[in-house]
Amino acid sequence: MYAFEIDRPTTLDAAVTALGQEEAQALGGGQTLIPALKQRLASPARLVSLTGIDELKGICVADDGALCIGAATSHATVAAEAAATYPALADLAAHIGDPAVRNRGTIGGSLANNDPSACYPAAVLASGATIRTNTREIAADDYFEGMFATALEEGEIITEIRFPVPEQAAYVKFAQPASRFALVGVFIARFGDGVRVAVTGASEDGVFRWTEAEAALSDDFRPEAVAGLSVDPEGMIGDLHGSPEYRAHLIRVLTGRAVAAA
Amino acid sequence: MTKVSMKVNGKPVSGEIEGRTLLVSFLRDTLGLTGTHVGCDTSQCGACVVHVDGKAVKSCTMFAAEAEGCEVTTIEGMANADGSLSTIQQAFQDHHGLQCGFCTPGMVMSAAALLAETPKPTEAEVRHYLEGNICRCTGYHNIVKAILAASGQDVGDIGGDAIAAE
Repeated sequence: MYAFEIDRPTTLDAAVTALGQEEAQALGGGQTLIPALKQRLASPARLVSLTGIDELKGICVADDGALCIGAATSHATVAAEAAATYPALADLAAHIGDPAVRNRGTIGGSLANNDPSACYPAAVLASGATIRTNTREIAADDYFEGMFATALEEGEIITEIRFPVPEQAAYVKFAQPASRFALVGVFIARFGDGVRVAVTGASEDGVFRWTEAEAALSDDFRPEAVAGLSVDPEGMIGDLHGSPEYRAHLIRVLTGRAVAAA
Repeated sequence: MTKVSMKVNGKPVSGEIEGRTLLVSFLRDTLGLTGTHVGCDTSQCGACVVHVDGKAVKSCTMFAAEAEGCEVTTIEGMANADGSLSTIQQAFQDHHGLQCGFCTPGMVMSAAALLAETPKPTEAEVRHYLEGNICRCTGYHNIVKAILAASGQDVGDIGGDAIAAE
């Protein structure tokens, strides 16, 4: 790793100030950033750790029924504490990485990083969640801007994610067995006014909504409703783990499984 | 260089660190607690697992500065007060849960975290919990057996037909 300073603020205001310094970068749980720093893929002059800020942690249910999760809440805490309100989301969190990673990794860090194979972006997009930051609220549909790209501005900090809780939901991940990232993952959320389907791990543009499946499932919420659909392999990720065609095929298969599981 | 203070195995410790000093480096190089191992240094193998405020974490993927004020437990803190092996450590010995022993500190720390959360895990729960701990010697069966034995469960069937049928 290149050398850097590290700050550990205990309030959001102090973190915002610290991030205003030159070449400062936010550090969530570090389960992605620290390995990246070790490979010298990032070279910040200063890291601002967000995990010492209590106001960014915790889970609650708002008056409108939405599940609100503080950005610095660990995957393990989401897995344990969201289970009663939003079981599909808790199940997703319970299968990220391994137990030690889940004890450190945070939902805000995952969303700020927006890895194209991360699990949380699928839940956020399918749920139509709202990303709250220190300056504004961003709708999920406006937040994800492609692989490792988001609507966050320089120095902006995610503070909370508000999830409307669907009537039915499920996340099915075809895990890459070594990393346990999603080779493809499909999150389905059924609300009173329709179904949302978000796909992670597959596209070179990162997480996306499969609108064709959403329309079919909004009419007929059964696995059979998507059996005749297909995804164009153009623009899908191809690597040693799977070709674009394979990933495109998995999207349909996993969507069917998610509907069955919801 | 900044100063960091924490409790390690119940004792207050402090030291001068750089921002980039990993928790595992602080434990091994500054404190001389070399029981915590660095296997892969890429967050995958789990040889470096320690407990921070009671939670299992990979100490190669956390900065020492992030442990400021925390209670850290390493493999050196696992033995009983009289120096005898803890129940989990003894079970690893009894059931041949180690060969070269390199992964063992992390295995024992993960096992302890699992049993703290789930005192009587099933075999499947043990295997799922160990996803982040890699062992290249044992093939895992005897590690699973040791952990189940440490939880006070009968392990007569483990490692035989039950495994073959999986």
